[in-house]
Amino acid sequence: MGQDPKLLRRLLRAKDRMDAASQEEWPVRRLARVSGVSEAHFARSFKEAFGVPPHRYLLTRRLERAKALLRDTDLPITEIAFQTGWNSLGTFGRVFRDVTGESPSDLRTREKAAPHELKRVPGCFTSAAHRPDLKIAVLEKRRQETDGISGPEETEVP
Amino acid sequence: MSQGIEVVGLYVRDQDEAVAFYVEKLGFRIHTDARNGDYRWLTVQHPDQPSFQLGLFLPQSPMVDAATAQTLREAVAKGAMPPLVLVVDDCRAAYERMRARGVEFTQEPVERYGSVDAGFRDPSGNGWKMIEARRG
Repeated sequence: MGQDPKLLRRLLRAKDRMDAASQEEWPVRRLARVSGVSEAHFARSFKEAFGVPPHRYLLTRRLERAKALLRDTDLPITEIAFQTGWNSLGTFGRVFRDVTGESPSDLRTREKAAPHELKRVPGCFTSAAHRPDLKIAVLEKRRQETDGISGPEETEVP
Repeated sequence: MSQGIEVVGLYVRDQDEAVAFYVEKLGFRIHTDARNGDYRWLTVQHPDQPSFQLGLFLPQSPMVDAATAQTLREAVAKGAMPPLVLVVDDCRAAYERMRARGVEFTQEPVERYGSVDAGFRDPSGNGWKMIEARRG
């Protein structure tokens, strides 16, 4: 049985709000309020609707913005980390490397060296296309790479 | 022009709600509103674009079965339908005007790539990008 479209539309509103301000803190309580549902109901319903838990969705959005800023601006990496919602440069660098496979400065060097032909596509659509595809938790991804094996799909407590 | 695309349709969750949104909030006009039993062929038109109609359709039988209709309603409500782009002369002015009428914006006007764009959704969940036409 599927989900109620009216509920999905309200969950979409929470997703839109994270998209619009991914640098802000989005605890489940705040997101649940946007969607007009209880906290427990929100986390479960969001994951069912969008395939990832809300906090991981937020993480992919922050990384996507960070990648765009690394590519398109000359802002210092520290500034990019803070602008995209991280409180610590160390955490930013570690999570960034764990998810994308390279450090922020390596990505910047590589992207700046490559020519781009993106200007004819509206910016919002290119940014969605460059969103990291984070199907598993960052910790799990890190563990799998350390072990050199594929682990089972994590079970996540909302 | 006698050849080209005449109608492209959106799925909406409620046609009365959709027509109120596209006509009263966006300033479109009703082109065709024809009923046949439960089926309603409803298209609207941008005032500056008389050769094109935007269809506002319900996912319903006999076009699709009940389970498919439910899947489509879910996809629309999740914002999973393809992107739509509205071109305007002045994005910031259009944003202020539409916001005052209660349009749900998902992104405030941002200047990038030599233009200004904003984002909004219709009541069903269809996402629009509103882009300022480049001058010159």
